[in-house]
Amino acid sequence: MKNIDTLLHVKGESQFTDDLILPEGTLHAAVFSSPIAHGKITHLNLETAKQVDGIYAILTADDIPGDNQIGVIIQDEPMLAVEEVHYIGQPIALVIAKNADIARTATMAIAIEFEERPAIFDAREAYVKEQLIGAPRTLSLGNIETAWQNCDVIVDGKVESGGQEHIYLETQSVFAYPTENGGLKVISSTQSPNDVQRMISSVLNLPMHKIEVDVLRLGGGFGGKENQATPWAVMTALAAFKLKKSIKLVLNRDEDMRMTGKRHPYSSDFKMGLTHDGKILAYQVTFYQNAGAIADLSPGILGRSLFHATNSYFIPHVKATGYICCTNLPPNTAFRGFGSPQGIFVIESAIFKAAEQMGIVPSFIQKKNLLKTGDEFPYGMKVENSQAFSCWEKAEHEIEKREQKIQNFNQIHSLLKKGMALIPICFGISFNGALFMNQANAIVHIYTDGSISVSTGAIEMGQGVNMKIRQIVANIFSVSLNRVNIESSNTKRIANMSPTSASLAADLNGNATKLACLKLLDRLKTLAAKKLNVASTEDLQIKEEILHLKGEPTDLNWQSLIVDMYLNRISLTSHAHYRIPNLYFDESKEKGHPMAYHVFGTAILEATLDCLRGTYKIDSVKVVHDFGKSLNPLIDKGQVEGAVVQGIGWMTIEELMYADNGSLLTDTLANYTIPDIRFAPDIEVDFLENSENPLGIFNSKAIGEPPFLYGIGAYFAILQAMKAFRPTLTGQFSAPLTSEKVLLSLYKV
Amino acid sequence: MINFILNNQKISTNLPFSMKVLDFLRSQQGINGTKVGCRTGSCGTCLILVGKLDKDMVSYQPLNSCLLPLAEVNGRHLVTIEGLNCPQLNPIQQAIVNEGATQCGYCTPGIVIALTAFFLNSPSLNESLATVALDGNLCRCTGYQSIKRVLTLLCQQFTLPNEEQRSSWLIKNQILPTYFLEIPQRLQTIQAPKSHLTSISPNSTIVAGGTIPWQSDSSKQVIFLSQREDLSGIQIAANRCYIGATTTIDAMQHSQVMQKLFPKIEKYFALLASTPIRHRATLGGNIVAASPIGDLSIFFLALGASVDLNDGQNQRTIPLKGFFKSYKQIDKQSNELVERVHFPLPDCHAYFNFERVCKHADSEIPSVNSAIQIQMNDGLIQQIHLSAGGVAPIPLYLTNTVNFLTGKEIKVEVICEAGKIAQAEISPLSDVRGSTEYKHLLLRQLFYAHFITLFPEQIDSRDILL
Ligand SMILES: Cc1cc2nc3c(=O)[nH]c(=O)nc-3n(C[C@H](O)[C@H](O)[C@H](O)COP(=O)(O)OP(=O)(O)OC[C@H]3O[C@@H](n4cnc5c(N)ncnc54)[C@H](O)[C@@H]3O)c2cc1C
Repeated sequence: MKNIDTLLHVKGESQFTDDLILPEGTLHAAVFSSPIAHGKITHLNLETAKQVDGIYAILTADDIPGDNQIGVIIQDEPMLAVEEVHYIGQPIALVIAKNADIARTATMAIAIEFEERPAIFDAREAYVKEQLIGAPRTLSLGNIETAWQNCDVIVDGKVESGGQEHIYLETQSVFAYPTENGGLKVISSTQSPNDVQRMISSVLNLPMHKIEVDVLRLGGGFGGKENQATPWAVMTALAAFKLKKSIKLVLNRDEDMRMTGKRHPYSSDFKMGLTHDGKILAYQVTFYQNAGAIADLSPGILGRSLFHATNSYFIPHVKATGYICCTNLPPNTAFRGFGSPQGIFVIESAIFKAAEQMGIVPSFIQKKNLLKTGDEFPYGMKVENSQAFSCWEKAEHEIEKREQKIQNFNQIHSLLKKGMALIPICFGISFNGALFMNQANAIVHIYTDGSISVSTGAIEMGQGVNMKIRQIVANIFSVSLNRVNIESSNTKRIANMSPTSASLAADLNGNATKLACLKLLDRLKTLAAKKLNVASTEDLQIKEEILHLKGEPTDLNWQSLIVDMYLNRISLTSHAHYRIPNLYFDESKEKGHPMAYHVFGTAILEATLDCLRGTYKIDSVKVVHDFGKSLNPLIDKGQVEGAVVQGIGWMTIEELMYADNGSLLTDTLANYTIPDIRFAPDIEVDFLENSENPLGIFNSKAIGEPPFLYGIGAYFAILQAMKAFRPTLTGQFSAPLTSEKVLLSLYKV
Repeated sequence: MINFILNNQKISTNLPFSMKVLDFLRSQQGINGTKVGCRTGSCGTCLILVGKLDKDMVSYQPLNSCLLPLAEVNGRHLVTIEGLNCPQLNPIQQAIVNEGATQCGYCTPGIVIALTAFFLNSPSLNESLATVALDGNLCRCTGYQSIKRVLTLLCQQFTLPNEEQRSSWLIKNQILPTYFLEIPQRLQTIQAPKSHLTSISPNSTIVAGGTIPWQSDSSKQVIFLSQREDLSGIQIAANRCYIGATTTIDAMQHSQVMQKLFPKIEKYFALLASTPIRHRATLGGNIVAASPIGDLSIFFLALGASVDLNDGQNQRTIPLKGFFKSYKQIDKQSNELVERVHFPLPDCHAYFNFERVCKHADSEIPSVNSAIQIQMNDGLIQQIHLSAGGVAPIPLYLTNTVNFLTGKEIKVEVICEAGKIAQAEISPLSDVRGSTEYKHLLLRQLFYAHFITLFPEQIDSRDILL
């Protein structure tokens, strides 16, 4: 089913924050940020900058009426730096001017001096120097200490994975203006309107009810606007509040790349023990997470790395430990997968290494250890309704033919080699680090013309959540889709909304919407029963807008019934609240039931390597994915395809580079490469049949993040191609696997 | 005064010539379908079409409006996504909707523009050409698979007409709105700017394609070289090939003259930048920018090319290999224009190869590139040119290697020996495009690649690599 939101996109009529028509007299802001990675501010002089023609104000921490603090998990994040700076790009002041060019020019006239301090950019160095955020965290299962003695094969090693820039094509943007009685309205490109509202409230010392945050849609988010849209929105709100003017702030691409955090780089150690026949008995892993200078969402992200440390495998003895290492980089943050990709890359590397040592293919070990229903995760929960094996088997179909083709190709070609990798995935669904967030509200209005307006906390950012909610409503009422409109996400209509993240927006908000619709439907049927003189509503059903009694059409229809409800003074508005049932977690034991359910799948990736030049192409990706019963196959397929390519990008070509002083060298799209149409592989998505999921909305499963994990297979497909050229080569695990790394390892002397 | 047609509307404005079309659209006109993505020509969210009257037809190019000065739409037809919309979705838009080839929607207007340009310009409708047409559009959501489905669908749906004029065919098929029919006549009535540029003062800013960022400084006169039509074009005379300085990569790539001289030029140049940039990036700009990795500098160095310079009074000609002095320093006075680049026509027995490797993906500026031209005589190398980029402060002509190879027979030992000499000639630095070590190794590989590609009989890759 087509996504009707896209009708606006193709005409260029969809509005993004930067497209809003501005009121007369709107001023523009630019951010002045730290040019050094660590130091004490010894001198800050704004006078020259204030003299620049067209400047209205320059705001610093001194201008903040409330609490200069926007940390969500840990209160370690001043909105504007005071006394010290901890990373290049840390906001220090906000310049407000007639236009954005003038504001930017004036930032260059701000005089600042520092007493520089040594800076750390590497997670392990931070660990050694005890620069940690919070306490280390360990998940365990079985007894790792005694398990090693039963293992026939033990491998260990080190794995590195790099950061990743979100490259939402719409950069961070906000527009804020004062409303009467000292209030503010803020249009923000955020995945978390509630956090924006809350932080504005405490920074400006205003009650939350005075602040309205509204979000129409985002031009991509991917996690990068979950927590990191907040600072820009709060700064802009501060300016609107202080100057009593409407203010707009849109980051330039290079500013966005320099000032915002990215996917966390990880450095990890693993040790894996197996039996001769490939059964994994023990797995130990330590993650050194590079958090950057501020906690941001790092603790939650580390949690997910630990929870997903064993990917889609059952391992009886596990110990997974993680450290949040504080460095002088911009605060790293949520990015599709939320720490799980980093964790899963490590165990897949361990399996690769074990297979190498045992002289077998990794897929032999992978298949042997797939999760079965009833197996226990290190966090205590048992696998329910595992689809790991069914996805694998379906993907594996005709695998011998593929292998044969690759072998033949590699025999014929001396300079081109192909490689293949399989990767199974398992991803848990819920806000597992903050169980209270697993709730949502929806408000449904029906107007007397029969049209329906729905408000939820779900942010539309390309994932099609609006369309899915629209379908849920149209389906429950059995009315035409055109009757349903999904409103912007607005803090005045929906209070305390959870961010749109964790792949959960459709599940949570869809379920709340469903409950609200069911209430309305019940009212409607009660009235109809009365009118038709039948005792119970049970035999009533709306089919394509016509009320049916015992399957036979009646004279009543949607439109007439709605009007009747109104005339009979029956409420046409309903609100509902939904929370995921049966979630609990005991933090002292690190055990519980933190996930609603799990998503499974398997992908096969093939790569061709040019062994003369070190360049490669990911040829194809075949995915068998467990969608449950997909609500919208077109949208869901698109989520898989997009996530796969992002995942491949992270593993292969997306590389962040910094100068010795910590400044980002890859701060343009000319230097930071993301996949383009030439690079993108052919992707085939197969829907696993007969998968049910009563906990998802209409039996569907969450889709946003899990398929990102398939991209990890690209690393191993390239490694296999490298080994086809150099059989003596042993796998090194350091992503991204750039052509530089490939060529240097192929020709290492 | 700048006069042009914006979609279906005549515009006359006194805004500065150097204002970017993107800013004009969004800030001055409130036309917001054209999005700001990067402002560096890298993402394609700001694509527009610019149509130029050519006899009684208008030819359109997809361009990055973030880099394009208003001067370049003077007398032209500027088309944004709004100018393509009809009451019903057009077939491109419909296919995107049907296939779910838009998610967040931010890149979509640019994609529709690029596909419209494909329909306007492509010599045939096939998926591989359509893919090239989208090589300047980034999409972070879809992973491109749904977009590829759109390409397949559209290429199946339409077949180019044999006789009919392209634009009327497109109008008939509702890919273009009907007002496009009158655009040629309407453009005739708009004063086309005539320029009498002859000399330039040392204090002026020269803009050719304008793909390399430039500042418009009010104290400096800005000269838009596109107005000098005499500086563009490819000609053969007296056994040399002359290429005007403002000839674009796209024009060279599709020139029959060049294709005949370099049968693989389309393939080589398709890797450079992106379709919209190739429509703007000029040969003169590439060599004057003197980037050590400039692809055109490297290509033409291996052709033994020369450069014609003119300061309005005097013309002089120097060999291209003498043009590059040191990092971004060239043998050109500030009041001199590069007028053209020319090279002796290669002998029909000449061998030519161009190699280019990027550290991440082809869409990038390369880490190392290299070109070679060899003239064989009686089994011996009679004449050879070899160039390499990314390995020195300037686009490098590898003189010592060339000297060594001249007169030699092509065999593995000779090439290995020459490879070592080449290594001694280069001095690459570590930067975002790769480490010193990588660039050394990569140049060796590309040097071998030249011979493996051109002389597969003499040079077996297994002997030279393993
Ligand atoms: C997205 C993107 C991708 C790119 N990819 C590549 C790539 O793959 N390979 C590559 O080599 N380059 C690449 N470039 C760089 C650039 O586009 C090319 O070098 C291009 O050829 C420059 O030409 P131009 O006409 O745009 O130069 P301009 O930007 O107009 O001018 C560059 C400089 O040359 C001067 N100049 C221009 N013409 C003359 C003349 N005739 N006489 C005197 N001075 C002159 C100008 O004053 C200016 O200083 C890329 C750029 C972008 C934006």
